[in-house]
Amino acid sequence: MAENKKAVKNPNQKKKKKATQFDNFFKGVVRENPIFVFLLGLCPALAVTNTLETALGMGILVIFVLTASNLVVSLIKNLIPDQIQIPAYIVVIATFVTIVGLLTEAYAFELHQALGIFIPLIVVNCLIMGRATAYASKNGPFNSIIDGVGMGVGFMLAMMLIGVSREILATGAITFGRYLPLPFEVSLIDTDMYMFNMEVFVGPAGGFIMIGVFLAIFTAIGNYNKRKKAEARQAWIEQKKKEAAERKKRKAMEEAGDSA
Amino acid sequence: MSLEVFFVAIISSMLINNVVLMRFLGVCPFLGVSKKTESAIGMSAAVMFVMVVASFVTYLLYYYVLEPVGITYISTIAFILIIASLVQLVEMFIKKFSKKLYKGLGIYLPLIVTNCAILGVAEGNIAQGYATDYGVLSGLWVATTSAFGAALGFGLVMFLFSAIRERLDHTDVPPAWKGLPVSLVTAGIMAMAFLGLGGMV
Repeated sequence: MAENKKAVKNPNQKKKKKATQFDNFFKGVVRENPIFVFLLGLCPALAVTNTLETALGMGILVIFVLTASNLVVSLIKNLIPDQIQIPAYIVVIATFVTIVGLLTEAYAFELHQALGIFIPLIVVNCLIMGRATAYASKNGPFNSIIDGVGMGVGFMLAMMLIGVSREILATGAITFGRYLPLPFEVSLIDTDMYMFNMEVFVGPAGGFIMIGVFLAIFTAIGNYNKRKKAEARQAWIEQKKKEAAERKKRKAMEEAGDSA
Repeated sequence: MSLEVFFVAIISSMLINNVVLMRFLGVCPFLGVSKKTESAIGMSAAVMFVMVVASFVTYLLYYYVLEPVGITYISTIAFILIIASLVQLVEMFIKKFSKKLYKGLGIYLPLIVTNCAILGVAEGNIAQGYATDYGVLSGLWVATTSAFGAALGFGLVMFLFSAIRERLDHTDVPPAWKGLPVSLVTAGIMAMAFLGLGGMV
């Protein structure tokens, strides 16, 4: 009996863990990924992910703006009345976006040209406003910075995933160093397979389809995990039922033995 | 300047450079508010109203205030503030004058502040250089017209997409594709269809 008990673990038992800084950072990357879980910031995720590099560049800019605005919002949260919260936060975010825009224009002109209108549009990226109102306005500066970096990294990784798949499907190769201010230009992967040249993935249509495919994959994984969990739970319930029945049987036998 | 200019501006911003499917602006409301045809129409009407007024005001602000003073680099901050306060104003105005309209549009108005289509079209009007092509004052009318066209395009795509989604709800889709994934692929196919309009003007 003791062996059986060990074999099937109780799935209802949750591991009690204290939320650490690392968890706070990591939640933005996987469990609360802004693009694939919350579907925030889809406009840049569709528009500038036609190559890996533009996706990476956008991700870096968003990390910077998100961290800086989270920090400032958490510092000034007590000074701002509730009624004008949103305009005040928008001004903070817009300030950092302007700074980022001017910096990219000065030091990474090719990236600035490639991202185009989507640099000023970081202001209305729902992700940044969402984190400012949902997290930074309720937490201290240090936690807010970690949350900002984590969410930003999650956004960047998701963008890069979409960017890599679109670039490889569209051109069959991945080049690096065209837009970012790097002294070299390398092609990371060169399949030299012309069957990959699906022009549609350069354009808008490919962006929608790619994100749809990734969402479907993640939903399928989620469904699989859910089913496994449900099966484990079912197995646990069966086990308990069996144990109870056995106990009952033994008790009955003992009673019978007593009376005899 | 002939009427042709306005016609071309409307057609090109409505169909050829469609805000949602070609320029990727306003994708969040496109996916978020398009579950029902009714709400899609409400959202489109609110967007149309704010987009036209915002383009008009931001254009004036840019060429009559920011450029003479030489502070065009703060245009993003200025534009977003204008849009946010404009939305507030419109909301108050509608609430005061038409209870019926407020009931219809009221819930969508706050969402519009973070709708990137509005800011994107306002910034696009400046980047497009209408002022250098047609002169500052005539450019204002072209910019406003093309904003109107963009709003029409947004409304058209919202309506089409919401109608498709209502049908999609009743179809037998594999479980992993249910909901958003299949909608996104549908949007991709719609974008392909809109690519075909590229050579119209």
